[in-house]
Amino acid sequence: MSISIKNCDLFYGDFHALKGIGRDEGMEISENKVTAFIGPSGCGKSTFIRVFNRMNDLIQNCKITGEITIDGQNIYEKSTDITQLRKNVGMVFQKPNPFPMSIYDNIAFAPRTYGIKKRAQLDEIVERSLRQAALWDEVSDRLKKSALGLSGGQQQRLCIARTLAAEPKIILMDEPTSALDPISTGTIEDLIRELKKTYTIVIVTHNMQQATRISDKTAFFLMGEVIEYDKTRQIFSNPKDKRTENYVTGRFG
Amino acid sequence: MPARADYRKKLQNILDNLVIMCRHAEDICEQSVAAFVARDLELAQNVKKIEKTIDKLERKIEKASLRLLVMEHPVASDFHEISVALKIVIDLERIGDQAKDIAKITAQLTDAPVPESIKQMGVIVIHMLKDAVRSYVNRDLELARLLDKTDDKVDAIFDIIMNELAAAIQKNPENSKNALQLIMVAKYLERIGDHAVNIGERVEKLIQGKI
Ligand SMILES: Nc1ncnc2c1ncn2[C@@H]1O[C@H](COP(=O)(O)OP(=O)(O)O)[C@@H](O)[C@H]1O
Ligand SMILES: [Mg+2]
Repeated sequence: MSISIKNCDLFYGDFHALKGIGRDEGMEISENKVTAFIGPSGCGKSTFIRVFNRMNDLIQNCKITGEITIDGQNIYEKSTDITQLRKNVGMVFQKPNPFPMSIYDNIAFAPRTYGIKKRAQLDEIVERSLRQAALWDEVSDRLKKSALGLSGGQQQRLCIARTLAAEPKIILMDEPTSALDPISTGTIEDLIRELKKTYTIVIVTHNMQQATRISDKTAFFLMGEVIEYDKTRQIFSNPKDKRTENYVTGRFG
Repeated sequence: MPARADYRKKLQNILDNLVIMCRHAEDICEQSVAAFVARDLELAQNVKKIEKTIDKLERKIEKASLRLLVMEHPVASDFHEISVALKIVIDLERIGDQAKDIAKITAQLTDAPVPESIKQMGVIVIHMLKDAVRSYVNRDLELARLLDKTDDKVDAIFDIIMNELAAAIQKNPENSKNALQLIMVAKYLERIGDHAVNIGERVEKLIQGKI
């Protein structure tokens, strides 16, 4: 599934956090690609990624205008089924946040809430999700053990597996490796490259090398605006906007 | 203070050294041609010194550039600057070698006069190198592109020199050693011209931001 954004503005009370994203020709996030959001802290990356699964709805005084279309449907229309939207658009956070329950129950959590009760079916989903998240071999013999006993990198892969178990089409990741060591980061990056064959992935990263390693397209944010959105190769080899150039080379400020 | 001040300083230092290396390359060409034309052995000796300096600068710039690539991951225009610097130092180092070889031959030549055509070639090649350096320092796309045309002239003169000297060898076989050495000098000059053209091409890519 692709995402298209037309003239998106977002306010937290009086604060104008996103300013006219996709204002001219619109912004298109392509299917089966990895799209990276980069930019200085506080420029609105997390805010924007949360627009895609309406996570901002939970925030008081948050107002959003514009058109966000996923799979041909404007997700901010009244008729939108939010549960279905969140099923389609999964999210992985900066700090791994496994539930304090067994590895198995973590993964089975979403399918159970979507009404799957049969043990055999759940078993199958758990195994498939863990395999997809490249975690199965490491945990298959201790599915009943607490997820909190896993290492940080394993916990993050568990969270990815948990997201996959809901069978999403789009996966949003907000700095998913910033709390991990380089080896775990490498494993997650390999995993992301693998997952994009099946899913559309949007990732916020403050690690520019990570953006160059895994993303196909990159959007550079500055003070609530998308300054430049292009092929990652283009952004890091020959950006068009001076502000992008200054940011990626670290000349910012 | 700008962000990544230390990184910017290191990058600037590499680029400053490259400009210094360019100046040495200009000097070594001028001095080797002058030494050759005037049979000035003292000047020829000085050429060897400059060549050593150029070599040292090449290693210094290369090391600092590679270190910057590994440690600081420069991107965008910074990356182009470093990758072009890494290539230009190779051209400059080769130019140094060729100038040194010209100086070496100076010491071995007899007193037979230097043909005007070789002198002319020397003048043009020195000009080319200066233009190449100027195009780099001033980011002058037009000047960079002009080098290719001048090089055609150099190649034409080189052909003339070859014919002249081949005829001289036939006429006067006992002078063939001298004539062959003159051909070598012409060939070295021609190669210096090629390196100047290379530098121009790299400047062109740098200005256009191409990888
Ligand atoms: N819940 C909120 N209420 C009010 N302001 C917020 C809220 N969340 C974020 N902001 C503000 O919006 C701006 C963008 O924040 P955020 O999207 O988290 O940036 P980033 O992820 O790029 O660091 C910041 O100025 C931040 O202070
Ligand atoms: Mg954020």
